[in-house]
Amino acid sequence: MQRSEAFRDPSIVEKLRARIWAVSRKPVRIMEFCGTHTHAIHRFGIRQLLPPTIEMFSGPGCPVCVTDNTDIDYAIALSKRPDIIVATFGDLLKVPGTRESLLTSKAEGARVTMVYSPLDALNLAADNPASLVVFLGIGFETTAPAVGASVAEAESRGLDNYAVLSMHKLTPPAMRAILDSREIGLDGILCPGHVSTVTGWKAWQFLTDSYHIPAAVAGFEPVDILWAILEIVRQCEEGKPRVANAYPRSVRPEGTRPAREMMERVFEKGPACWRGLGAIPGSGLSIRDEYGRHDARRLFDVEVPESSVPDGCHCGEVIRGIRKPDKCPLFKTICTPLHPVGPCMVSSEGSCAAYYLYG
Amino acid sequence: MCLAVPALITKIDGVMADAELAGNQTSVNILFTPEVRVGDYVIMHAGYAISVMNSAEAEETFQLLEEMAGLDAEE
Repeated sequence: MQRSEAFRDPSIVEKLRARIWAVSRKPVRIMEFCGTHTHAIHRFGIRQLLPPTIEMFSGPGCPVCVTDNTDIDYAIALSKRPDIIVATFGDLLKVPGTRESLLTSKAEGARVTMVYSPLDALNLAADNPASLVVFLGIGFETTAPAVGASVAEAESRGLDNYAVLSMHKLTPPAMRAILDSREIGLDGILCPGHVSTVTGWKAWQFLTDSYHIPAAVAGFEPVDILWAILEIVRQCEEGKPRVANAYPRSVRPEGTRPAREMMERVFEKGPACWRGLGAIPGSGLSIRDEYGRHDARRLFDVEVPESSVPDGCHCGEVIRGIRKPDKCPLFKTICTPLHPVGPCMVSSEGSCAAYYLYG
Repeated sequence: MCLAVPALITKIDGVMADAELAGNQTSVNILFTPEVRVGDYVIMHAGYAISVMNSAEAEETFQLLEEMAGLDAEE
């Protein structure tokens, strides 16, 4: 039996569902931080399995969605330079900047290439020595080690025509920002499984230590998610918050050390501006001085027109969890996956795309 | 973006490995998981293995869930 199939076993799903219904008494509001969880929850119909006492809120865990328009515009401006090839994960291509997207820039002649891994971008640099390859580094702790490794490899191979535009962000500061804002009274946090794979589940200990809020790290199959929800509900009922690890086949207390070390070797913490959340100190990753010659921000002084957000787009509120996607007036009317107005409709992890696809 | 998938390691050559991913062959960088062996499943993200799946933990999870679900019958 394939592993993922085992974690979709309907009989275990049914048993967990029944257990959650049996345990849940108090109304609880749970935020799933991670956009991949948002999609899994919709795709597997998890919300429909839960008792009316449990309400799920989508959090800011979609890297494309939280990338500020200033950064998107900067990436588009870089793509306009004839000496640059922009390499990017596919999700970012269609995100509307202030005036256009990377895809429209490509249609106008810019060299923009989609890659699955920063390693592909590195190879692109090796194959095109006369061009400068700029990889758009977006993603949380899950992705930053891989991008860091590509920078370290470019350095060791002497590939001076490879640079990264780091827009990487760290998840715990955003979680703190959401909790500190008190816009939603949250009773539990479903912690991201693949961020925690790298960081370790202990990275979320502050949730119980500082905020006394129940938490569980979850994988991405229905059994994983329901198990984590059961852990959170049980903690709420017992009044004993802790960080439960409901994804132990991948997540360890300290995470994957070599990945964490690579992230720390190449990047240092700095400020970052999040769409919807604004500037959060210490929530971004900048490339360290030692690797400065691979840092697109230091290498290129491009002029970026003043950025703005499209009229009527409520992605900021969707990201904070205070507005459900179907409560945005543009949802399914003007804003669709084919013609997205905001990033939450573009990304395969965006809440609006999940609501659009699965209802 | 944080989408990562289990892949079965079939051959290791330095920091690169061959892997089977949903029936397809792919290559994966194993720099972050030096402990990986042929026959292990890794969690693969953006071309890199970010963890080696712990099969003992997966088995224990099922036992735990069975026990947990078994409580229903007693209530």
